[in-house]
Amino acid sequence: MGWIPSTVSGRCYCIILFFLAGAPWIFLWTNQPFLLDLLCRGLILAIAATSLNLIMGYGGMVSLGHAAFIGIGAYCVGIPAYYDIYNGWVHLGLTVVVSAIFALLTGLVSLRTKGVYFIMITLAFSQMIYFTFVSLEEYGGDDGLVIYLRSEFPDFLTMQGPVALYYWIFSTLLLTLFLVHRLVHAHFGRVIVGAKHNEQRMQLLGFDTYRYRLTCYVISGVICGLAGMLLGNFTGFISPEMMNWIRSGELIFMVVMGGSGFLFGPLIGTGAFVFLEQYLPEFMKFLNPSWLEYWHLPFGLLLVLLVLVGKGGIHGMLSKLDSKAQQSSK
Amino acid sequence: MTRPLLHISGLCKSFGGIVATDHIDLEIRPGFIHAIIGPNGAGKTTLIAQLSGTLIPDAGQIKFNGHNITSLSAPNRVKLGLARSFQITSVLLPMTVLENVMLAIQGTDGHSYRFWTPIHKDHEMLDRGMTYLQMVGLEDRARYLAAEVSHGEQRQLEIAMTLALKPRLLLLDEPMAGMGLEESARMIRFLAGLREQTTILLIEHDMDAVFSLADTLSVLVNGRVIATDTVKNIRANPEVQRAYLGDDHA
Amino acid sequence: MDWGLLLTQLMNGLQFGLLLFLLASGLTLIFGIMDFINLSHGSFYMIGAYFCGSIVARGESFFIAVLFALVGMFVVGALVEWIVARRLYRADHLDQVLATFGLILIFDAIVHIIWGPAGMAIPLPEFLDGQVSLGTLELPTYRLVIISGGLLVAGILSVLVTRSRLGMIIRAGASNQTMVEALGVNIHKLFLIVFAIGATMSGFAGMLIAPITEASIGMGNDIIIIAFVVVIVGGIGSVKGAFYASILIGLIDTLGRSYLDDLMKLFMSLDHAETAAPALSAMLIYILMAIVLAFKPQGLFPPAGIRP
Repeated sequence: MGWIPSTVSGRCYCIILFFLAGAPWIFLWTNQPFLLDLLCRGLILAIAATSLNLIMGYGGMVSLGHAAFIGIGAYCVGIPAYYDIYNGWVHLGLTVVVSAIFALLTGLVSLRTKGVYFIMITLAFSQMIYFTFVSLEEYGGDDGLVIYLRSEFPDFLTMQGPVALYYWIFSTLLLTLFLVHRLVHAHFGRVIVGAKHNEQRMQLLGFDTYRYRLTCYVISGVICGLAGMLLGNFTGFISPEMMNWIRSGELIFMVVMGGSGFLFGPLIGTGAFVFLEQYLPEFMKFLNPSWLEYWHLPFGLLLVLLVLVGKGGIHGMLSKLDSKAQQSSK
Repeated sequence: MTRPLLHISGLCKSFGGIVATDHIDLEIRPGFIHAIIGPNGAGKTTLIAQLSGTLIPDAGQIKFNGHNITSLSAPNRVKLGLARSFQITSVLLPMTVLENVMLAIQGTDGHSYRFWTPIHKDHEMLDRGMTYLQMVGLEDRARYLAAEVSHGEQRQLEIAMTLALKPRLLLLDEPMAGMGLEESARMIRFLAGLREQTTILLIEHDMDAVFSLADTLSVLVNGRVIATDTVKNIRANPEVQRAYLGDDHA
Repeated sequence: MDWGLLLTQLMNGLQFGLLLFLLASGLTLIFGIMDFINLSHGSFYMIGAYFCGSIVARGESFFIAVLFALVGMFVVGALVEWIVARRLYRADHLDQVLATFGLILIFDAIVHIIWGPAGMAIPLPEFLDGQVSLGTLELPTYRLVIISGGLLVAGILSVLVTRSRLGMIIRAGASNQTMVEALGVNIHKLFLIVFAIGATMSGFAGMLIAPITEASIGMGNDIIIIAFVVVIVGGIGSVKGAFYASILIGLIDTLGRSYLDDLMKLFMSLDHAETAAPALSAMLIYILMAIVLAFKPQGLFPPAGIRP
């Protein structure tokens, strides 16, 4: 993907990024703070989905427990805040260290397995941490914790106020996208991508694929942890529910919906997810006021259809436009 | 006499009740092309898998260049200079031909924990990749996806990748499989040219290829080596003719 | 030590284990034979409970309700296989996870539409609602019903799998699908039957538990994860493995929750034990799974010749 997009999909992504860069001003100007909130949530989930894309889309490691890292990041803000520690550097440091350790320990075990076993063992580990937080009465157990103040970064950038928080989120997303882009095209990423397609061949080219995958898993876990840290700050309320396996399933959905293994796939997929989650209920209500609560039905149908007919996700459809444009120009 | 580069002694492997490798002893000297022939199911593939480290033998020892590598992992064997090619083409289809070779270079080039510089800006590595492609005559296919080139070209790429590992010993698992006559002849000429650079253990069905390339020959039947000798002597060996050559050259 | 309490907890563990087995045995067969990860297997558990509940609500006896609900579950299972599942057998695991995740949402929404958001209590007939005296011990009659129901199905299934022709084909299918096809078995029909039986057993588990917990939306979404742990620990495709793993996990989970704090008080302070024990007991089965996979990556009873 070049920096001056020459394709339809490339131009679309470019426009989206420009729009996101200016979005707070548009929404404040038009007095739509709610839309800004929605966008914040969407971008945080996009960071998490991008981190999942790194291991799943590029590396072929399908994790059904990635939401655990969101929870870890969020509790790395929530628990210090519970003790009145609001220093953002502490939150940040904790998030990075705890996510990395959790990823390393669980990765050591789960990456020894393949395929279905990997899916299930990542799920099991996330359930493990989910139930741990459910049973930690001190930190609210099932009910969760309220965070009264956002992380403070004295003498640096403030996170207070919706616009400042938005730009924290947006720049983290940009950094994440840039990092993943560099990573997958660098020596390291080639090994990860190669191991997805033919692990045995990679080993017989001299790569200890287990270690490379473990490294990749840890990087992905830390990024997802950061998304959790932002989510904790954004919602001001955290609970084990954030790491329920259903959340992990939703993350997979976002990646696949947008286009697994493409840089901007998760961003687009998350956009679609947040949009559906927000407006599908309203659409159902529009059809029949009593249907409001049934929006999961069309959503589930969409998921099944996505798998049965919509290979490649939204990015896949855009790329078809690219190849059509190329053909017509020839 | 020179010290053998690869020394296999008492190698055994069985699956359930089926003995695939039955006390194999074998020595391969540096600079030689040593071929292994045998009917289907003789245990050639199992042997290669144990040499390259994807299967762990039940008993016996494999020594390579003085190191005992019997329980060494596959990637570490590659790093010691033991590389193999695959009978079923196993290049990475979604990557370009050049990227495939570059991966192989990466594999033996120290570590790949380099997270930032895009590989297509690593000019030194691009040049080295092209060198190997030139060796097998694939330089004008460099930018094509491996999935787009012909079967014969994928086989050539497979060899280029294996060579890029800078092997001291090259395990070639039926390099001529599925090739046409002309392609085969070209591959034979090419492999003959490698004689100077590396030692080769060749597993091949194509008898013409084996007889024109190999210095020494082992015959594998039911997991056992029934004879190891020069090509000339093997052709004359009555036991071998009965067990194997008889079928082909009747 | 209170031996009566221990016995009660053992019975509870056994009961939980048998319920798990009803889910996991179908799951492991579908997993092993069709190579299909069905996250929505827990939805059958929920649907079974609702079927049974709504028949009871019409004034039928509990037993009649279970009987009709079982037939209903077989039909539902067959329909789901026919409409969706069979299109996914050859898909990769990621697609299967995604599509069956979608199915969960669909089933939850359908139940919501038909029975409303509130749960549905299922009253037990009077003679099952009491207690049985075993010496000095009082046990709820219905617990014993669940245990005997679970054991009965486990027995039938084990006879079916080890003695009947269908069972032979199923066992062969779990280890080698091509061979079964070579035997001239109609593979589509086999898959349909296995899937529907799995759905029926899962539904049966839901019917058994509903009088205790009541039927509710999403009730299958937590237990299905534990059932997956059972399948992995037991070895994918192995009914025997699923049985032992279910009982093991049922007992560990139940006993862990009631005795871990006592155990931990032996070597740490009371306060610490009381905070740590609930967290640790919730993790026990996952720790068990990690240990099993670390030593036996294919579970305790891997079927012979299963794809690695």
